[in-house]
Amino acid sequence: MMRTHFIQASYLAAATLFILSLRWMSDPKTARRGVAAGVGGMALAIAGTLLHPEIISFTWIVVAAVIGTIIGVPLSRVPLTAVPQRTALSHAFGGMAAGLVGTAKYFLWLQEGQLTAFRTGAIALEVILGYLTLTGSLMAAGKLQEIVPTRPITYRGQNVVNLSLLAVAAAAAIYLTYAPQTWQLMILIIVLALAFGVLLIVPIGGADMPTVISLLNAYAGLSAVAMGFVLENKVLIVAGALDGSSGLILSIIMCRAMNRSFTNVLFGAFGQVQTASGAGEARVAKSGTPRDAADLLGNAGSVVIVPGYGMAVAQAQHRVREIYDQLTRRGVDVKFAIHPVAGRMPGHMNVLLAEAEVPYDALIEMDDINHDLPQTDVVLVIGANDVVNPAARSDPKSPIYGMPIIDADKARFVIANKRTMSPGFAGIDNDLYYADNTLMVFGDAKSVLGDIVKGLSAEAAVH
Amino acid sequence: MSALDLWSMAFVFLLATFVGLQVIQNVSRLLHTPLMSLTNAISAIAVVGSILIAGEEHTMMSTILGSVAVAASVTNIVSGFLITDRMLKMFRDRRPKA
Repeated sequence: MMRTHFIQASYLAAATLFILSLRWMSDPKTARRGVAAGVGGMALAIAGTLLHPEIISFTWIVVAAVIGTIIGVPLSRVPLTAVPQRTALSHAFGGMAAGLVGTAKYFLWLQEGQLTAFRTGAIALEVILGYLTLTGSLMAAGKLQEIVPTRPITYRGQNVVNLSLLAVAAAAAIYLTYAPQTWQLMILIIVLALAFGVLLIVPIGGADMPTVISLLNAYAGLSAVAMGFVLENKVLIVAGALDGSSGLILSIIMCRAMNRSFTNVLFGAFGQVQTASGAGEARVAKSGTPRDAADLLGNAGSVVIVPGYGMAVAQAQHRVREIYDQLTRRGVDVKFAIHPVAGRMPGHMNVLLAEAEVPYDALIEMDDINHDLPQTDVVLVIGANDVVNPAARSDPKSPIYGMPIIDADKARFVIANKRTMSPGFAGIDNDLYYADNTLMVFGDAKSVLGDIVKGLSAEAAVH
Repeated sequence: MSALDLWSMAFVFLLATFVGLQVIQNVSRLLHTPLMSLTNAISAIAVVGSILIAGEEHTMMSTILGSVAVAASVTNIVSGFLITDRMLKMFRDRRPKA
C-alpha cells in the first residue's frame, strides 16, 4: 500500500514537472530550465515505475535501456539541417513503442481471459495510432533524407482507398470490443494501420513536410494517451495529452502559414498544387554583381534579410551572420524576417540562424516584420521564393493565392539571390524578381554572400 | 476496473489537453523546433508501460515486445532531451557591442 502511494506520488510530481517544463519554453531565457524539469520528471517517473512489485527481472530492461542510449546519443548530434528527419524518426519510435505495448498487452490479456470491451477498444485505438505513426513517420523521415522519392505520388481514388482502409480498421476495432477473443482481427488492424501510415505520406510533397511532421507529432502523443487508458496510468495520459496538444497547435500554425484547411491536412489530400502554371512570356530580370549588392546594402539605413531553406542547403548561414555583423557595426538596423514555414519543420529557420550565432532578438516573425517593410530600405532575399511571392496577395489564379507572405516587394529596394532563374519548390513564377526595384544576384548563396561580405569590408576600409 | 476509473481518466485527459493547449500557445515561436524535440522526449514516458511489460516477463513474446519498446522509448528520451538542450544553448541574446 505504502509502495502504491509512493509510485503514484512520483507520477504526480513527474506530471507537474512536465507541465512546468513546457511553461518555461515560453522564453529563450528560461527554456533550458524547462529541459532540466523534463529530465527530472522523467527520472522520477522511471524511478517510481521500477518500484512496481510486478517487475521480477531487470535484465532486459537494462539491456534495452543501454541499447536505447547507444542509439540515442548519436541521434542527438546530427547536423541541425537534419533535425526534421531526426524528429520524424523519434515520432516513429514513439509510435512503435505504443504499438508494441498495445500488442503485448492484448495477447497477455487474451491468454489470461482478462479482455474487457473497454480494454480491447483502448488497445485497438493505441495500436492503430501507434503503428500508423510508425510507418508514416518512417516515410516522412525517408522523404526528408531523400531516400524515398520526395515527389508526391498521387493516383485516382487515393482518398477513397485511404479512407476505406481506415474505415475497415475502425469497423474491425468496433467488432473486437464485442468479441475480444477474435485475435485475427487484431492482426488485421495492425496490418491495416501499418499500410495506412505509408499511404498517408505517399501523396505528400516536400513543401508540406512542416505540417506533416506536426501532425505525426500529434498522432504520437495521442498513441501515448491511448496507452495510458490501456494501462490505467495517468502520467501517460498527461504527458501524451501535452504532446498531442503541442502537435495540434503546431499543425494549425503550419496550416495557416500555408493557407490550407485543417480537414484538408487531416485526410492527407494535399501536396497536389504541383500543377505548375508553366511558361510565362519571357521577361527580363535586372541582374547585378555581389559588389552592386554590397553598395546597396552599405548605403542603407535599414535592412531586412529574408532567409529560405535554400540558404541552409547552401550552408550559407555563417556568411549571412557576417553580413549581419558588418552592417550592424556600421549602424545599419538589420533584422531577419522569419516565415513560419521557412525550413523543413516549425521553427527550423530560427535554430539554423541561432547556430550561426545570430542573436535571437533579431529574428522577427512574419506578422511583426510586415508592418516595418514599407519603411525598409533594402530587403535581402536568400534562397526563399514562394514566401515572398506577391502573387499570393494579388493573383487569385495562383496556386499559392491566399498564403500569407513576407511583403518584401514593399521595401524600397530588393536584392534576391538565387542559383538560376528557375521557379521554386511549388513551380510558380515570381513577379518580385522582375520588379523595377529588384536586383537579382545569381549564383551559389555561399559564394555570393561571401563576395558581398568582401565588398562590404573593402568599402569599410575606404571610409 | 470500475466505471469510475474510466471516467476519472477521461477527466485527466480533458484537463491535461486544456493545460497543454494553453501552455503551448505561450511557447515562443522562436523555439518551436526545440519544443517539438522536448515534447517528443516527454511523451517517451511510454517507457513506463514498456518497462512493466518487459519486467513482468509473462511470456517470451511480451518480454521481447516490451524490451524493444523500452529501447525505442529510451532512444527518444536520451536523444530528445540532449538535442533540445543542444539547440537551446545556441539561442543567445544580442551580444554586447565590443
